[in-house]
Amino acid sequence: MIVAKNITKKFGKVYALNDVSVTCNKGECIALIGPNASGKTTFIKCLLGMVVPQSGTINFDNNSIAHNWLYRNRIGYMPQIGRYPENMSIGQVFNLMKDIRKPIGLADEELVQKFKLDIIMQKRMRTLSGGTRQKVSAALAFLFNPDVLILDEPTAGLDPVSSEILKEKIIKEKNKGKLILITSHVLSELDDLVTEVIYMQEGRLGFQKSISILKQETGEEKLAKAIAKVMITGHQ
Amino acid sequence: MKKIIKYVIVDILRNKIVLFYTFLSLIISLSIFNLESSTGKGLLTLLYIVLIIVPLVCMVFSTIYIYNSAEFIELLVSQPLRRRTIWISLFIGLSVSLSVAFLIGIGLPILIYQSNATGFMMLLMGFLLSIIFVSIAMLASSITRDKAKGIGFAILLWLYFSLIFDAIVLFILFQFQEYPLEKPMIIFSFLNPIDLSRIQILLKMDNSALMGYTGAVFKDFFGTGVGIAVTTLVLCFWILIPVWISSGKFGKKDL
Repeated sequence: MIVAKNITKKFGKVYALNDVSVTCNKGECIALIGPNASGKTTFIKCLLGMVVPQSGTINFDNNSIAHNWLYRNRIGYMPQIGRYPENMSIGQVFNLMKDIRKPIGLADEELVQKFKLDIIMQKRMRTLSGGTRQKVSAALAFLFNPDVLILDEPTAGLDPVSSEILKEKIIKEKNKGKLILITSHVLSELDDLVTEVIYMQEGRLGFQKSISILKQETGEEKLAKAIAKVMITGHQ
Repeated sequence: MKKIIKYVIVDILRNKIVLFYTFLSLIISLSIFNLESSTGKGLLTLLYIVLIIVPLVCMVFSTIYIYNSAEFIELLVSQPLRRRTIWISLFIGLSVSLSVAFLIGIGLPILIYQSNATGFMMLLMGFLLSIIFVSIAMLASSITRDKAKGIGFAILLWLYFSLIFDAIVLFILFQFQEYPLEKPMIIFSFLNPIDLSRIQILLKMDNSALMGYTGAVFKDFFGTGVGIAVTTLVLCFWILIPVWISSGKFGKKDL
């Protein structure tokens, strides 16, 4: 579904992404894992066209995303740090989004209800706590029933109850056959979600493996331990 | 596109500064016309507001507005929208609000007290200057991510157009006073929208005699229908080129 080939992005002289090639297929739930500043967010932003790579191509359903924008109709994106117009209320942000992206059929407001955002719709974005902002970001990402969900640190800043709600929702969408790309540092909570792992380090692709192969190779049952083993041994 | 323009305009209206600017310029222009002994003199006073204050307000407000919309822009860029659409919508939203503010605040009093050729010329020039400086502000804010740098750059550009450019022209005139410079002066004036507007309005005021021989050459060119058409065309380029360059820059920007 998404094929990235030889993506290279430099910020000044520093390589944020160095010759990264990955393939993401429908129905997979892929974890993007790597230390801080390994290029995970830059990679995601490249997929969304927010960052333009210096070289390499990204294809979405066999169409190049360069100079294209319609493909974003099929992506739901939850940023790491949701930045919203400060003087807009939650309701206004939702209306703006619905105005821009005509939802196909009914908008998926499950998360809006479960996060109880519907009762604070008139609150201004500037007054929201980090966790509530995160809930807004999550609800917006799922709102339009997209085929691809890109979640950047989705559970960071959420309380345990909310992050459980979000996880259930992710599993539900995964079972519908959607492609889900997720980055997280809390590996333990990815355990029952992911089917594939993309490991990045210093802007390079470490490996892309399905979770069962990874567990087999490392002989560990838990993702966290398997990754830790990989990191220590410098396994390529 | 329409929806984003609508959101930008609603946001600017809610911001109230543009409303305040409209109201203030309305009071100033009404009182100028009422205090001066003749309305012609009032127009001359107003000329300096149109040439100096209007560009400054449009430039500074637009630059700050673009920087403050960083979150809004970021939110839209990850959505199925063309970047060009987002940028042009911001431009149209800003131009519409600021030019309407000008038309109400200064245009309306001019129409009431001086609805003659001079008044209309001032109206047209002020309207175009409003949009030109929104366009230049978009260019200034697309060049750097640093807010202070961007606003500083915008103010420097304004200083350049309203003061420094004239100083350079005077310097050249004095350096080359043995040569006939009247015709090159016409070309020079195309490089500054404020100068161009000033010449057009002054010519309509019949004060060109004050400008001496250069004034006569100017009148021969700018005073004609062709001259006015060329001026308007050049001013339109002053709108289109900065916004076009900035749109290209925005298209390649990393967010």
